[in-house]
Amino acid sequence: MTRSFLQLTIFCGMFLLMLSGKALAETPFPKIHEPEGEGVKCVQPEDEIRRNHMKYILHQRDKTVHEGIRTERYSLAKCIDCHVQPDENGKIVDHTSDEHFCNACHQYAAVQIDCFECHADRPQKFIKRSTDKQALNQQMQDMLAKKTSDGSNE
Amino acid sequence: MSDCVNNSRRDFISKVALAGTVTLAPGLLLHTAQAKPDDQAVSSKTRWGILIDTNKCGKGCTSCVDACNEEFALIGSMPNSADTQKTQYIRKVTLKEKTTGHEQSLPLLCQHCENPPCVDVCPTGASFKRADGIVLVDKHICIGCRYCMMACPYKARSFVHEEIVNQTLAAPRGKGTVESCTMCVHRVDKDRNPACVEACNADNHNAMIFGDMNDPESALSVELKNNGGKQIRADLGLNTGVRYQGI
Amino acid sequence: MKKFEYSQINGKSLAYFGLLAGLGLIAVIGVLASWYMEHNGHYVTGMNNQVIWGTPHIFAVFLIVAASGALNVASIASVFSKKMYEPMARLSALLAIALLAGGLVILLLDLGRPDRLIVAMTYYNFKSIFAWNIILYTGFFAIVGTYIWMMMDHNMYKYKKTVGLAAFIWRLTLTTGTGSIFGFLVARSAYDAALLAPMFIIMSFSFGLAIFILVLMAAYNWTGRELGDVVIARLRKLLGVFVAAVLYFVIVYHLTNLYITQRHGVEEFILSSGGIYTQLFWIGQVLIGGLIPLVLIYAPGVSQCRKTLAFVCTLVILGGLAQLYVLIIGGQAFPLDIFPGYEVSSSFYDGVIASYSPSLPEVLLGLGGIAVALLLVTFALKVLRFLPPSLADSVADPHA
Repeated sequence: MTRSFLQLTIFCGMFLLMLSGKALAETPFPKIHEPEGEGVKCVQPEDEIRRNHMKYILHQRDKTVHEGIRTERYSLAKCIDCHVQPDENGKIVDHTSDEHFCNACHQYAAVQIDCFECHADRPQKFIKRSTDKQALNQQMQDMLAKKTSDGSNE
Repeated sequence: MSDCVNNSRRDFISKVALAGTVTLAPGLLLHTAQAKPDDQAVSSKTRWGILIDTNKCGKGCTSCVDACNEEFALIGSMPNSADTQKTQYIRKVTLKEKTTGHEQSLPLLCQHCENPPCVDVCPTGASFKRADGIVLVDKHICIGCRYCMMACPYKARSFVHEEIVNQTLAAPRGKGTVESCTMCVHRVDKDRNPACVEACNADNHNAMIFGDMNDPESALSVELKNNGGKQIRADLGLNTGVRYQGI
Repeated sequence: MKKFEYSQINGKSLAYFGLLAGLGLIAVIGVLASWYMEHNGHYVTGMNNQVIWGTPHIFAVFLIVAASGALNVASIASVFSKKMYEPMARLSALLAIALLAGGLVILLLDLGRPDRLIVAMTYYNFKSIFAWNIILYTGFFAIVGTYIWMMMDHNMYKYKKTVGLAAFIWRLTLTTGTGSIFGFLVARSAYDAALLAPMFIIMSFSFGLAIFILVLMAAYNWTGRELGDVVIARLRKLLGVFVAAVLYFVIVYHLTNLYITQRHGVEEFILSSGGIYTQLFWIGQVLIGGLIPLVLIYAPGVSQCRKTLAFVCTLVILGGLAQLYVLIIGGQAFPLDIFPGYEVSSSFYDGVIASYSPSLPEVLLGLGGIAVALLLVTFALKVLRFLPPSLADSVADPHA
């Protein structure tokens, strides 16, 4: 009885090991863009940052929000600035796409990201934002007009 | 001269290098060697505040509001929400005295209380006051219960009613959390004026002074000491960081 | 000491499973409604930056308040040693737990970020009344759960009275906490009154008992068990006292505000010019929730039949919902007095009465919470011994 149970356990263990080995082999590592400029590297060795990036970001997050410490080394915005880049056609994907640098891995690992609910998912330079006051006003007027015409304002 | 110097550090600088600095445009004054280093935590030695002179505040002028909307990319960020649901960090309020009919206009924003009711009631501590007196929402731990909005006597807070994309670095903001004026903490940490103050001064209204209330030498403190500045709902004893003249 | 018999309900009939399925369906619809609101964001609800807590909060606060009130029957038995209430104590405690669970489900699912429940449980600001309440709710589950255990376990029966007393004190604290969520808000003229805490306690007596009576009658009626007139008559009279007490508190609350000049604006709004809020106050809260039930309970010549009592309980519940609507929504609709003595106007709706109309998902979520509570009761009655097989007069009050 005990022996057969042991055998079963070993068998199951080996099976699981095989499965996980297979899965690891297929891990879709994210495509990392060539850094711009000579000698530009990530803030930590690849292995370390891949495993522990969330710890760095989390630590920085509390320091920045509560203490006003604004060093750039581990800031999420800096991660995004380097890693999220448009493809050859100049297209940039949003964070729900499995081509997004962060989401590519996170989707595979089935770990939900709760960053882009509030943070921009791309570098600021790729966000088209009207800074012209008149354009903004126009935008507001358009919006109001649209609201009144379709009655969704109610 | 007081037009362009808005806090103690700038005061100090301008006193030392008087002629040199006053000729510079206000914006250039802002980046001084005195700025807080990025790796240094804010301290309670400072208490940031804003003084608003309602007599100088133009009735139809919305420069401060526009600047704020632009700084945080608020306009158009919530296309599905009704106007009653849209975020406003700062708004122009028109006051009319009930018996005399006397009218004035002033900008109303988060008052950055010393004893903020929003911080008292927040169950998770997401609503908090920084050491330097700026009241903020830590959206990472905000659960969206909206108790702070119930508690704020100034109606300074808004709830994000829908998904937001392409946020600015100034204000990460997202669906289901509460937000409000940050006194442009991202600028203050870089030793710049809040966007509303900057816009008001740029338009030459000069109705707003930003500075350190704890520093008796700051332009803000000097003006407060000489000419006073009232708190809105002073009866609540909240000791607000935003003060008003002319009300 | 006389021991009462208890038994599970049979729960094999088609009607029983129909009831389970029906309640389950309403609960699932409630969850779906919440998912819809969370997915889109709260712009699909009636809430806005003026009326911050909407319909779900009406249902949630109602259930939470009623939960502590439902425990009354048990408290009267164990704390005040009234023998007649003893056999109903288990049901009373069960209902208390179920109603609280239903209320909390609503509260949780109406959060902006319900997915951050873990944050709510790991980050505490001990000055927040909400945070106190989280502890009070958790404690309530634990204490009342223990209380049920003491009542059901013969070996632990001797501790029943002590735990019952603890539960009684805890429930008073809990409702004080719920009332203080509103009572300690200086910002809004309709709240900011310490009176709200005791008023919520009295409201809990009334709403909780009304729900208890309905559940008790349904359970006995539908399972063919006997429920004697003695029990019914006693509960009816008790309800009458509670309904009158709620009215008394409402009068004191409004008299206070009417005397304070600063509060005249909000009183005028609620009592006369508030449109829907005024109607809900006079017709819903005062007439349907107060005066009519009192007449039906006390007036001589009015039928003492059980259908009338069930009707009265329904009126008390509807009146209670109206009362909370007036207090919670009406209290928010009235503008904040930011600049006393001034008329104010702005792009942010300062100085104007805020508009709010309940949206369908909000109502569905509220109903879902009620369904969750009733579902828990229906299920628990089948698996554990909560109900005496008979509450006939000879059982309930042998000396009568």
